[in-house]
Amino acid sequence: MRLELKDITKQFPGVLANDRISISADRGEVLGLLGENGAGKTTLMNILSGLYRPDSGEILIDGTPRTFNDPAEAIDAGIGMVHQHFQLVPVFDVVSSVALGAESVAGPLGTFDRSAARKRVVELSELYNLHVPPDADIEDLPVGVRQRVEILKALYRQSDILVLDEPSAVLTPAETEELFDIIRGLAANGTTVIFITHKLNEVLEVCDRITVLRRGRVAGTAEPKTTTREQLANMMVGRDVELRVVKGPSTPGDVVLSLNDVVVRDDRDHIAVKNVSLDVRAGEIVAIAGVQGNGQTELVEAIVGLRTVDSGTMTVGGDDITRATPRQVADLGVAHIPEDRGRDGLINYMTVSENYILDTYHRPPYSKGVRLDLEAIREGAKVGVRDFDIRTPSIHTLAGSLSGGNQQKVVVAREFSRPVKLVIASQPTRGLDVGSIEYIHKRIVEQRDAGAAILIVSTELEEVIAVGDRVAVMYGGQIVGILEGEAATFEAVGMLMGGAQ
Amino acid sequence: MNRARRILAPAVVPALAIVSAFIVGSIFILITDFQNLQRLGTDPIGAIGSAAGGIIAAYQAMLVGAFGDPARIAAALQGGTPRQIAGAVRPLTETLVAATPLIFTGLAVAVAFRTSVFNIGVEGQFILGAFGSTVALLVLQDLPAPIPLLGAIIAGVFTGAVWGFIPGFLKARTGAHEVITTIMLNYVAVQIVLFGLRSDFLRQEGSSQPISKLLDGIARVPGILDPFGLPGIRLHYGFVLALVMAAVVSWFLFKTTKGFELRAAGFNLTAAKYAGMSASGSIILAMSISGGLAALGGSMEVLGTVPQMSNDISSGFGFNAIALALLAGNRPLGIVLAALLFGALRTGGGLMQVQTGIPLDLLFFIQALVIMFVAAPGLVRSIWRLRAPRTPTGTAVEGARA
Repeated sequence: MRLELKDITKQFPGVLANDRISISADRGEVLGLLGENGAGKTTLMNILSGLYRPDSGEILIDGTPRTFNDPAEAIDAGIGMVHQHFQLVPVFDVVSSVALGAESVAGPLGTFDRSAARKRVVELSELYNLHVPPDADIEDLPVGVRQRVEILKALYRQSDILVLDEPSAVLTPAETEELFDIIRGLAANGTTVIFITHKLNEVLEVCDRITVLRRGRVAGTAEPKTTTREQLANMMVGRDVELRVVKGPSTPGDVVLSLNDVVVRDDRDHIAVKNVSLDVRAGEIVAIAGVQGNGQTELVEAIVGLRTVDSGTMTVGGDDITRATPRQVADLGVAHIPEDRGRDGLINYMTVSENYILDTYHRPPYSKGVRLDLEAIREGAKVGVRDFDIRTPSIHTLAGSLSGGNQQKVVVAREFSRPVKLVIASQPTRGLDVGSIEYIHKRIVEQRDAGAAILIVSTELEEVIAVGDRVAVMYGGQIVGILEGEAATFEAVGMLMGGAQ
Repeated sequence: MNRARRILAPAVVPALAIVSAFIVGSIFILITDFQNLQRLGTDPIGAIGSAAGGIIAAYQAMLVGAFGDPARIAAALQGGTPRQIAGAVRPLTETLVAATPLIFTGLAVAVAFRTSVFNIGVEGQFILGAFGSTVALLVLQDLPAPIPLLGAIIAGVFTGAVWGFIPGFLKARTGAHEVITTIMLNYVAVQIVLFGLRSDFLRQEGSSQPISKLLDGIARVPGILDPFGLPGIRLHYGFVLALVMAAVVSWFLFKTTKGFELRAAGFNLTAAKYAGMSASGSIILAMSISGGLAALGGSMEVLGTVPQMSNDISSGFGFNAIALALLAGNRPLGIVLAALLFGALRTGGGLMQVQTGIPLDLLFFIQALVIMFVAAPGLVRSIWRLRAPRTPTGTAVEGARA
């Protein structure tokens, strides 16, 4: 079916989320909807799926204007959504999860007709090459398969228009490729696909047409064949953006961080890090690549003192940190950018200035005996806000009300505000927009050039290859390979991430 | 302007909650006024008029009962006898006396809440503080003057701090939930007091009740109005100490490094750990301070207000304090104001009951309504048509950006 949104406007208190946005997609077309966080993509899709009603504007399906009062009406009209966060019941099997809410019934009591549902699930799975095991429980399935169950759920409800919201965020590179094949198959069978993302490579690879949103408006439309990453990034951000990480060759010096045979257990007491040994030298960036859940989180927590080490030793600049507390580690000149800034790195209900001193409040100039020196804190926070270009109404604004990029800048500004010998950065650019990613990378490279040793952990292949001087790949709790310079190609790192030796 | 707005903004919802509660309270007076309701058919205007008069009379009596009658105070001050002056100002001083233990216990709850620890044990810490002071005073009674009194206060605070430390330590070391442990320790505290009051050393001679010897013969927290020689005025320097503690707690929480740690741990324990703070240290410290503050309240009660220890030394102060801290948003200044309100309701209710026959229970009803409204800020905002404030997470705006 042909979908057309015309002049959609949606105002929230203080924010014009959608400002006369018009997009259209033909039957069997894959439309990429590209934009930074806050550009209005999700609002637009929530309007299309019946969660919000637009203040003005029209939704046309095959030329007929439609209004949706709730998501059920949108589903009836043939619109299927696959959300970033899956809407599945973990303890149900695939057939039940898919049929839930759209059950076919049979028999005198009108009970759930499982065999009919199962038959349709198997049919759809085969037709679109989804490879979904119909009888497996959702909680036992890998993330990539769960996503295919979500797609199947939409198809089961006879959706002709499929909306995918940031579908690749949770996938490995290989799984992403599989997803693209499925999208192509769907389109070939006449499904209209709307693909929402902020990743430039992906829209260029899989979309027939691309609409770019910026600050609630359509910034432009492009064809993948005749456009470049740079042009798209420019449309997204509104200025030229450096997509490559600019850095000179590394000049490795002395070993700063040394891990020897480190073994760490996870929360369930299973061994998560198996005999990892790794050296990170001053003036180099070592990037740890790997799909989420392969021991990187536990390794980082162990280094910074948040998790006890089972066996092995760790040193920073020659000092043993195997049993050190987080504060002792920090005092050795270790900056830590945690992987989940909202949970670990910031206190949302404290102000920017309070967050800025979160790990330096106890020493001069911010403390005077038992007292906090509020004047010095204000001055320090102002310097941090200025030097790191943190966009905030004031240093007294609550950190939680800043955008993701600015929150991360608060964390980075804080960590780099003290003398730094080693930087541990976990997912430093996750969920950030192109402009902020560029900025954070620049500051990290600056630290390297100033002589710090850098350890970056990332699940984004692009980031690992762009930033790392050396790339170590973690799989199943082990470092399965270290690639240097030219050897660190997408293919080589991607293979290792998937477990190939 | 901005500064004023920052200070006043958090007071808007509690203030409107109080107004709402009194309005609902007056509706309640109205529909329980059966005499007027019966006349509604025959004489509607007269019925409505006297019903409205009833509400005004009730609330007026409450005000006079809580703060005194200005005309009477003025008259008494111009050449009245000490007895007349005392009678005129007593409503006000009794309100302050009633507010004193609530300020201490409210601060105790707030310090723990600020660290995200729910100290339900303030009641027990208050009682044990009073008990510790009683024992110490009797032990030290023969020593020269200020030693018995000061020793009693210190002993009381220490006892309460220990009673707070125990659940704090258990939580930090073993993960034992503080709500369970503090509630249970309340029972233990009451039993310790009952046990102690059975001993001849403490028990009042000739009494079969669990009450202690009279303490004011040994030492007493001096009365604020003592220099004027007014009879029967109980207001003592414990009230001043409560105000000082409110200022100290405020300074501690917002201007010291330890206070910063407690607040950080309270908002986000994980982030506090990541920043190198000791989570267990913060929990133990907060619980000890909380217990000490509650105990200081108990100490002032037994050494100042009621000069005799008994097992009902606290009329539920520790539990009222939880509601009070909620009303005050855990802000020290707010706690002082909220404690004055609760104290005024308590003393004002007496006169209302005598003069208008409306039972004292109406006050507990109003008090409960205030808390309910504060606990449901969305309800207050929709009644008074206020816009929701922008909060860091989970607002419509945030949802739109995501």
